[in-house]
Amino acid sequence: MCTTQPVSARQPDLSESSLIPVLDEIIDSYCGTRGALIPVLQSVQNLLGFLPAPALQYVSRELNIPYSEVAGVVTFYSFFSTVPRGTYLVRVCLGTACYVRGGKEVLEALTKELGIRVGETSEDRLFSLEIGRCFGACGLAPVVMVNNTVHQRVKPAKIHELIEQYRSEGMQEREVQ
Amino acid sequence: MCNITINGIEVEARDGITILTAAREAGFTIPTLCFLEGTIPQGACRACVVEVEGAPSLAASCCTPIRNDMVIRTNTKRVRDARRTVVELLLSEHEGDCQTCVRGSDCELLLLARNLGIREIPFNTVNPVQQIDRSTPALARDPGKCIKCRRCETVCAEVQHVGAISAQYRGYDTVIGPAFASPLATVACVQCGQCAAVCPTGAITEISHVQGVWNALDDPKKHVVVQTAPAIRAALGECFSLEPGTLVTGKMVSALRELGFDAVFDTNFTADLTIIEEGTELLTRLKSALVDKKEVALPQYTSCSPGWIKYAEYFHPEILPNISTCKSPQQMFGALAKTYYAQKIGVKPEAMTVVSVMPCTAKKFECQRPEMDDSGYQDVDYVLTTRELGDMIKMAGIDFINLPDDTMDAPFGTSTGAADIFANTGGVMEAALRTVHALVTGRNLPAEDLHVRPLAGLEGIKSAEVTFTDTVENWRFLEGVTARVAVAHGLGNASDLITHIQETGEVFHFIEVMTCPGGCIGGGGQPRFTTDEVREARIAAIYKEDEGKTYRQSHLNPAITEMYEQFLKEPLGETSHHLLHTGYTGKELFTQEV
Ligand code: SF4
Ligand code: SF4
Ligand code: SF4
Ligand code: FES
Ligand code: FES
Repeated sequence: MCTTQPVSARQPDLSESSLIPVLDEIIDSYCGTRGALIPVLQSVQNLLGFLPAPALQYVSRELNIPYSEVAGVVTFYSFFSTVPRGTYLVRVCLGTACYVRGGKEVLEALTKELGIRVGETSEDRLFSLEIGRCFGACGLAPVVMVNNTVHQRVKPAKIHELIEQYRSEGMQEREVQ
Repeated sequence: MCNITINGIEVEARDGITILTAAREAGFTIPTLCFLEGTIPQGACRACVVEVEGAPSLAASCCTPIRNDMVIRTNTKRVRDARRTVVELLLSEHEGDCQTCVRGSDCELLLLARNLGIREIPFNTVNPVQQIDRSTPALARDPGKCIKCRRCETVCAEVQHVGAISAQYRGYDTVIGPAFASPLATVACVQCGQCAAVCPTGAITEISHVQGVWNALDDPKKHVVVQTAPAIRAALGECFSLEPGTLVTGKMVSALRELGFDAVFDTNFTADLTIIEEGTELLTRLKSALVDKKEVALPQYTSCSPGWIKYAEYFHPEILPNISTCKSPQQMFGALAKTYYAQKIGVKPEAMTVVSVMPCTAKKFECQRPEMDDSGYQDVDYVLTTRELGDMIKMAGIDFINLPDDTMDAPFGTSTGAADIFANTGGVMEAALRTVHALVTGRNLPAEDLHVRPLAGLEGIKSAEVTFTDTVENWRFLEGVTARVAVAHGLGNASDLITHIQETGEVFHFIEVMTCPGGCIGGGGQPRFTTDEVREARIAAIYKEDEGKTYRQSHLNPAITEMYEQFLKEPLGETSHHLLHTGYTGKELFTQEV
């Protein structure tokens, strides 16, 4: 489940000098215990919008947990992201029902339309593409979620139209800001 | 004590042990995959299931403790079917090519599939093609062959305290590997190969140097010399189904000659040399501290084990000044072979190939370090593990078991028992104490059979004391001084020892660290499978080899004396400095490029 709302396209300050005091505060608030790893990662992601490598390395060092283990946790839970996410997180279901009913073709169409692969974010930072395993809407397969909106019975041919809507909405909002 | 029944037979077993241990001790066979002796069982693979009367489901025997009156069956249809399903599922995700796989002869997965009578794989899965990771000098990772038993992860984190590899991603996409499944060379891996030693399949193996060695042997313009580490002679026999702990020194020499090496030498020779150089270095440090009252880095740590050096560079850069500047015996050998020996026999160093046979994968990494070319060339060209040498002997069709005994060549074939014991945890320290005590007092180390018992055996951290009395003229400043020494094997123990010293300030003068549990005899390149029982058998064999030698103290090695007279002149002298010593610098944990 994606619990974090994608942050806006603002680039957080990731230089070490600005990261360290923030990370220290988070780590201290969990008393630096081993069980603190997941809550610490959540706090860091909430703050920065994603988990940049230097932050993860710092957390690994401070909590004295091997980097491979930290990365293991980050890659295990789909709500953690190591790349900045776009305004719209597009998730294609590849659970059994959706897969059988054309989920893969939908994914292909999205890859083409957005010009990015799974796990990537478009250059304009509007879209990130991910896959999911069953969103619990199998009867309406294939399913695509854009942020928290469910799109049902999606057809590859309709992908362009769907994405265009979000694209213009996103551009407009940016202009307003 | 508990009374349990296994397959209808009543068995008495110790309280608190698992079904697996109780069954194995009573002589019953239960297959395992993820279980790893000496570590906390994870119960991940379920290859070890058994039926427990009254329990609704099958129990994973590796992590189920026995209870009094438990009735266990290890061999029912239900058990066999369940185990078969486990293995069938593993095989369905496995990129099998057993005919060409390095593990063809000792693969636990293959053996288990055969023992369970699996003849076809009922699940059809299309597996994504996996990239083989060959980014490091010593180890190749083939995730397509990984059955995700996580033994490698356990050994790397719990035994070695490195944590270079762990489970990444989830479900079907799980990879047991470095952070974010990146290449091994991008993370702090010390190349010890303990992961490769415990892997049940061909998913982690050493990078092979076999072809390079054949090419050199087949090249008439090359003068190819080989050195064999002390630990090989007590383990090579296992490649030919001999009992662990069978000494095969003489047969090994014969086999190397048959393979076509131009000269067969012994790393033992440079182990003796290491004792002279490193012992002198220690005495020099002690003199600076005690007589000149200078700030010197003490305790001195040994430097023979390249995995340990890499570990210190990453995780304890603060103790690098304490690490002896001596190169490892393998590297001392390479540097002398391409200088002293090349001159002596009139061969140009560029026409010489130096091959090592090592119990260790990290030696493959070590020989490629930039520091290791003081002869003007890469001092050691190829490193074969014990397993690789076994493979080459088989490839050449040599009937190893029936080979006659042969002896090593002069000048680098002469060695003392002190060099043999470099293979065992505690051995380098014992060898050093034998020589240092003799130099300082003019008398033999006052220990039965010259063995320092408290430093021997598989205890993780060991220590001992020696007080110098009736010292000779040169070393009078050590009169009445008690030298305190410690030994750690397995990097987890080494890191615990370092932390202990840093926290308590306990005083030690000299510390031996060996990367692998048990020392080199338990190295990552030794024949599989190395259990504690196997370690003990190899350790005993090595002590036997030592006790059978004419000389058992490094400074008594006549070839070493000659080497100093003809070439090196004096310990820590100019030539030594140039060829036999080096230094190391700390490494960043996270900023390495491939
Ligand atoms: S790892 Fe084992 S089962 Fe797999 S290909 Fe190699 S020998 Fe065969
Ligand atoms: S070689 Fe040693 S440090 Fe590297 S991954 Fe294997 S066990 Fe860990
Ligand atoms: S690499 Fe080997 S030891 Fe590690 S999880 Fe895979 S099969 Fe097990
Ligand atoms: S399989 Fe896609 S919603 Fe269930
Ligand atoms: S060996 Fe018992 S669960 Fe793997």
